[in-house]
Amino acid sequence: MRWLCVLLALIAAPLQAEEVVLGLSQDEVAITTNFDGSEITLYGAIKREKPIPDDNPLQIIVTISGPLEPVTVRRKDQRLGIWVNVDSLSVSAAPSFYAIGTSAPWDEVINEADDLRHTISIPRAIRSVGAWSQVDDPQEFIDALIRIRMNNNSYALKENAVELRDSTLFTTSIQMPANLTEGDYATRIFLTRGGKVISTYETSIDVRKVGLERWLFNLSRQQPLLYGLLSLAIAIAAGWGASAAFRVLRSG
Amino acid sequence: MQIYLPIAEVSVNAFLLLGLGGMVGVLSGMFGVGGGFLMTPLLFFIGIPPAVAVATEANQIVASSFSGVLAHLRRKTVDLKMGTVLLIGGLAGAALGVAVFNYLKSLGQVDLLVKLCYVLFLGIIGSLMFVESLNAIRKTKSGKPPARKKHNWVHGLPFKMRFRTSGLYISVIPPLIVGVFVGVLAAIMGVGGGFIMVPAMIYLLGMPTKVVVGTSLFQIIFVTGFTTLLHATTNYTVDMVLAVLLLVGGVIGAQFGTVIGAKLKAEQLRILLALMVLVVCGKLALDLLIQPSELFSIGATGGH
Repeated sequence: MRWLCVLLALIAAPLQAEEVVLGLSQDEVAITTNFDGSEITLYGAIKREKPIPDDNPLQIIVTISGPLEPVTVRRKDQRLGIWVNVDSLSVSAAPSFYAIGTSAPWDEVINEADDLRHTISIPRAIRSVGAWSQVDDPQEFIDALIRIRMNNNSYALKENAVELRDSTLFTTSIQMPANLTEGDYATRIFLTRGGKVISTYETSIDVRKVGLERWLFNLSRQQPLLYGLLSLAIAIAAGWGASAAFRVLRSG
Repeated sequence: MQIYLPIAEVSVNAFLLLGLGGMVGVLSGMFGVGGGFLMTPLLFFIGIPPAVAVATEANQIVASSFSGVLAHLRRKTVDLKMGTVLLIGGLAGAALGVAVFNYLKSLGQVDLLVKLCYVLFLGIIGSLMFVESLNAIRKTKSGKPPARKKHNWVHGLPFKMRFRTSGLYISVIPPLIVGVFVGVLAAIMGVGGGFIMVPAMIYLLGMPTKVVVGTSLFQIIFVTGFTTLLHATTNYTVDMVLAVLLLVGGVIGAQFGTVIGAKLKAEQLRILLALMVLVVCGKLALDLLIQPSELFSIGATGGH
């Protein structure tokens, strides 16, 4: 009997006391010709076997991250009276899109150690290896990258955007801008108590071009010469067509 | 109406693109310039990635130039022989230009050099044309016939050829050099090069203004067509959807432009082109001189 208890405890240990059950309004975003951004609604519930612990309130963080890609951040300075790029920082990986929604102000939902471990906040999501060897003040470059991307809605931190009811049901919606790149958008949900992550859930949203967009994109990559010739043919046909149409108009 | 561009990966207003295409098309038909030197900066401004803007613009210039050159062919204002000589130089120049461009890119200052090229060439050509056409207008008003230089150093070179349409008997060396020079600049600056070729034909080769426009359009079609193919096969940056929207506006505009151009006097045409060149030059120079509101910029790390 005692052994059975130990065995049960061992099996139960890896299981988390509180878990996320998630639903998405859509698990893929189709980029069509008239694509103008998208809004994804996430809704879910917290599954638990025991009564709600009442030590610290439960909080939720939702992140959606676009594919990681290397970027170069350049800084201008005045040289001989004109503004030119003087130095640059190569960031090894930055998400093309990154949105965070939380159920409370940032400082209340997560502590710094867990943010670092799970790479949740925007600065943590940007990886810059060897930044100090490139420029004296890499932080300024990283800040600029975040500032520019926040201004064009590629990066967003929305505090209190997740609505949590009775520590059990939650819902939030995340705006995705029109200038999305293709790829798997990693979607993560973190449950925290007292700033500590107690459970995580991961899924992905597939962002894909469809129809004409898909066809043109594939053609340009797989048959570049054919694509180029087709572009030229369209250009010449359009030029000739307009010229012929105008001649008919003027004579008639 | 928003349209998502598959290669540029941005969403833009379709009517804005049609309008831009139309406006630049009118100028193209009027002056025989491809309009790239105006359109490329405008595309940057509405958020198209520079690499895509430059490559797609080349494709659009093919369309508007083709439309324009047909109109000129009917009026017999294209010197095909001169155009072919310029074209041979132009293709060689474009290939050389792409090599220079890639070398500058490896140095990391290609943006600045492109802009400096613009300011320098637009400034010099714009001022020269402006002063010259102003003098020409003043002379016509005072009754004296405009004096055209009949002979300069250009006429002393060997390999002479007769260009009937232009009424010239000159060496092929100057047109070839002009072609190469324009080809190099076209590849570096991402434009057709008409704004440099037109003045060069008038002032250096002494061609009649009416023939110059059609002939430069003829040469531009082939050079930009070649550039489009180079970009499509090496950088994959030609956006067909963007090109179609621009060229629908562009070809219609070019037809109107050709009609307007035929009604204006040569001097008026030149002074207008000069003013436009100077405005673009001034804008680019200001951008270099005034402190930008955002000192930082984000660029893709070269993956190609």
